[in-house]
Amino acid sequence: MTQTLVTSSLDPEAAAFSEVVPAGEPWMKVVKQGQVFRILDLEGNQAVDTLFYNANDYEERYSANDTIRAQGNIYLTAGTQLLSNEGNAMLTIVADTCGRHDTLGGACSAESNTVRYALDKRHMHSCRDSFLLALAEWDNGMTKRDLSSNINFFMNVPVTPQGELTFADGISAAGRYVEMRAEMDVLVLISNCPQLNNPCNAYNPTPVQLLIWDAQ
Amino acid sequence: MSVTESGSALDPEALAWQEQVPGGAHWSGVLRRGTTLRITDQQGGANVSTLFFNQEEKLERYNMADTLKAQHTAYLTKGYVCYSDMGRVMCSVTDDSCGWHDTICGVSNARMVTEKYGEARYQEHRNQYHRNGFDSLVNELGKYGLGRRDVMPTANFFSKVTVDESGAMVFQPGNSEAGDYVELRFEMNTLVVLTTCQHPLDPDPQYRPRDILLSAWHSGPAGADDLCRNRCPENQRGFHNTEVMFR
Repeated sequence: MTQTLVTSSLDPEAAAFSEVVPAGEPWMKVVKQGQVFRILDLEGNQAVDTLFYNANDYEERYSANDTIRAQGNIYLTAGTQLLSNEGNAMLTIVADTCGRHDTLGGACSAESNTVRYALDKRHMHSCRDSFLLALAEWDNGMTKRDLSSNINFFMNVPVTPQGELTFADGISAAGRYVEMRAEMDVLVLISNCPQLNNPCNAYNPTPVQLLIWDAQ
Repeated sequence: MSVTESGSALDPEALAWQEQVPGGAHWSGVLRRGTTLRITDQQGGANVSTLFFNQEEKLERYNMADTLKAQHTAYLTKGYVCYSDMGRVMCSVTDDSCGWHDTICGVSNARMVTEKYGEARYQEHRNQYHRNGFDSLVNELGKYGLGRRDVMPTANFFSKVTVDESGAMVFQPGNSEAGDYVELRFEMNTLVVLTTCQHPLDPDPQYRPRDILLSAWHSGPAGADDLCRNRCPENQRGFHNTEVMFR
């Protein structure tokens, strides 16, 4: 597997914003055009489920289909432009020390966990429950209708030439990060995945750190 | 002769209805639990980008990721099902003569169609004007109070896109020939919204969307020994989740 690893020269001490998000919690904030946004995998193999919206028109939002089609490849990494449902660039991944991120696997939910694991898993914590809570607290008219395709930063979900979708072991590790420059004002909605059924993180969800630098 | 037998010709007596949808058009309709819809590619090379919604609660809708994850697949063919975001089976692919239906490429938009095929407005070209997938879906969704927020990743029937070891996506021409078809059996009352615009990765430089024929009949829902239900334990649980709504 070829990976393009690109490190960042930005100094965490100079960040305008820094926050640690515990496992299982949502996070929602606007990143302004020109700002650089970093997600840091503190302990390794996290799955950071992320949605992006145009902060000035949230009906324009991140589209997995448009993004992978435009670059002709299903994996996201340094150099990938994250496109909206209108084909506009929302963010550009400018640094990546993990090398591959998934955008086909979606976010876990109470209901999909009954299908994937067992009927009695319904009442476990899930990403889409976290998203719904964050949208309710954000209180600007966004609802479940706005939960579209997402990115799973640090997740490795290969598709084989035969068309099988597989969940491979994570390729991230403690201290790896992905960094992107906002090309428009973007509203970011994250669920730092609390998935307790997926062996990819050894059933041990961990915190991530989010940093934002002002436009240089 | 039964219309539900694999590969059989359709029995006009058993059909509930039949309707042609021209290339580049959009269509919607409700398919109730226990109805099977056959989509036929009339000229070869068709593309049918499709969304599914629970007719009674349209916030419940086809979810690409859940469909792929539950069945460990990146495409649809006979034996697979389409999941909603609520852990339920909406419809099952009960028959398929072409073998691969794309789930990961979404639809074209206005900018892409203009760049690829040139501008062709209604004023000059009448009904030969160029339409795109996104606007076509929005157009049809608006008839139900739905809109841009409801354009989710589509199932693209008749189109084949493979992914190589490096993740590169390759459109495979010639996947569907004239007369090829796919059959969907609906397990819940479902609003179907589709467009016959060309696939966004179709390498054909001509704007040449193909016609399809829709044929529906009463088939009854999945039985206990159903192929799609018993494909994997995930599908057995998905069917359970659907069936408790109808008990």
